[in-house]
Amino acid sequence: MTAAAIAMNRSVPEYWKAADAEHADASSGLSLTIRGLTKSFGSQQVLKGVDLHIPAGQFVTIVGKSGCGKSTLLRLLVGLDKPTNGEFWYGMDPAAAPDQSVVRVMFQEPRLLPWARVLANVEVGLGRQRSDAAVRQRAHETLNEVGLGDRRGEWPAVLSGGQKQRVALARALVSRPKVLALDEPLGALDALTRISMQRLLEQVWRDQGFTALLVTHDVSEAVALADRVLVIEDGVIKLDLRVDIPRPRQRGSVEIAALEGLILDELFRDARAGEDA
Amino acid sequence: MSVEARSWHSSVFVQWALPAALVALWETLSQFGLISNRILPAPSAVLLAGWKLALTGELWRNIGVSFLRATTGLVIGGSLGFILGLTNGLSKGFERATDTLIQMVRNVPHLALIPLVILWFGIDETAKIFLVVLGVFFPIYINTLHGIRTVDPQLIEMAKTYGMSRWELFWRVILPGALPSIFVGLRYALGFMWLTLIVAETIAASSGIGYMAMQAREFLLVDIVVLSILIYALLGKVADSTARLLERSCLSWHPAFQRR
Ligand SMILES: Nc1ncnc2c1ncn2[C@@H]1O[C@H](COP(=O)(O)OP(=O)(O)OP(=O)(O)O)[C@@H](O)[C@H]1O
Ligand SMILES: [Mg+2]
Repeated sequence: MTAAAIAMNRSVPEYWKAADAEHADASSGLSLTIRGLTKSFGSQQVLKGVDLHIPAGQFVTIVGKSGCGKSTLLRLLVGLDKPTNGEFWYGMDPAAAPDQSVVRVMFQEPRLLPWARVLANVEVGLGRQRSDAAVRQRAHETLNEVGLGDRRGEWPAVLSGGQKQRVALARALVSRPKVLALDEPLGALDALTRISMQRLLEQVWRDQGFTALLVTHDVSEAVALADRVLVIEDGVIKLDLRVDIPRPRQRGSVEIAALEGLILDELFRDARAGEDA
Repeated sequence: MSVEARSWHSSVFVQWALPAALVALWETLSQFGLISNRILPAPSAVLLAGWKLALTGELWRNIGVSFLRATTGLVIGGSLGFILGLTNGLSKGFERATDTLIQMVRNVPHLALIPLVILWFGIDETAKIFLVVLGVFFPIYINTLHGIRTVDPQLIEMAKTYGMSRWELFWRVILPGALPSIFVGLRYALGFMWLTLIVAETIAASSGIGYMAMQAREFLLVDIVVLSILIYALLGKVADSTARLLERSCLSWHPAFQRR
């Protein structure tokens, strides 16, 4: 299916209602299934059993208080850490050997190699295919997609924070990942840059159809971007909320505000209960 | 402000103005007899002595000998320090195995070994080169090790998520990340290189600049003694400039070396 066809498909509001039926696997994302995932550091149990199914191509955002284990969960899912217990797999087949190269991750820091030019940094994302000239051409194209094609020969040090993060996004996207995990990638950016980065992120997600897992502190960002918002608390998923608002979404609309309120209520329930008592 | 500042302090003239002024002052004072030429001969006298020695070829031979000792020692000691720094930086096991010994040796001032080195090697080339090797080994070893240990762990993690092999990880992430620190080590090593060579050549040598100075001292030829010291200063400066040039071209990505 071409990218255009996927985008058209997406514009049908009913589309996501049927997403769980797995026919979305025809897109270029991979589904993710998590069973009883736990993670302990020493005696401290951070994740206490996460069960989750994310259909292919879904945009999931994860919110929760600081220290609740969001980064830990993401690090497990991209293979940077090993779970204490439980399992997860991408795609339909739990037994299939995991292919880590279809899963890409973006961090809060751009983590660019300071000694490599912008284009070479994007080429890092190509992994082993980097020796192929035709594939390298794709690095240039991806850089154009994030609007930095004309900066390809520069050192990362001269770019602004937002530009660095866009280079990091291009690096993550250049290998056409099926799953993109993002750990507060916009957390360090100013409000205006954030909004344009959110647009860019939504646009590439629509074009490429990967499954997106975005950790964020910003509840309104979570609602604006997501098909589904997960709230993590005490090491489990406390709330699993569908966001069926059609795209493109109107920032600050009543529906978005209502969902935001719901999530904030959930996050601060304990604090409220404390105050009432 | 910054435009002006850049144009005046980047010119070669400014770099050499102070040394030139000092020499001019020294010459004037000597000419007026304010400095006895038995204590410090005038720069013109030193130059003249240098000219005579250059004509006999003795000067070039001695400079050549010293230069060869310095570079041989630097290459051997530098390579050893670099390789050991790499292996110990990359492997904790290696470091645990060798660290105690290295720290013990490091705490012996290498010049204190001169009597022993003379007993071992006499006063032939090996003795001097051995001392220079010891002198340059530690700064390069320690800074290479430190550079590798302090490579940003976030970059290493990033490289792993992009499936870099160990080989690629080393060439594309660890080595470039350690390079600024390695250059610091190199510049320290150059300082130790000259220091060691001067001491070794004045104590135990039959050629080289240090030997030339000691010979001159015996015959009270102060101008040649001063000439030797000046040559050391000049060689030191040349070595440091070369290292800086190399650093600038290897670290052009580094914000500190970017020409704005
Ligand atoms: N390597 C580690 N060793 C020990 N404890 C760890 C480690 N990594 C995380 N933790 C602990 O796990 C808990 C969850 O950390 P995590 O980084 O996942 O939180 P988070 O939800 O991402 O928080 P934030 O929103 O502030 O980024 C914290 O209490 C933290 O101290
Ligand atoms: Mg975190």
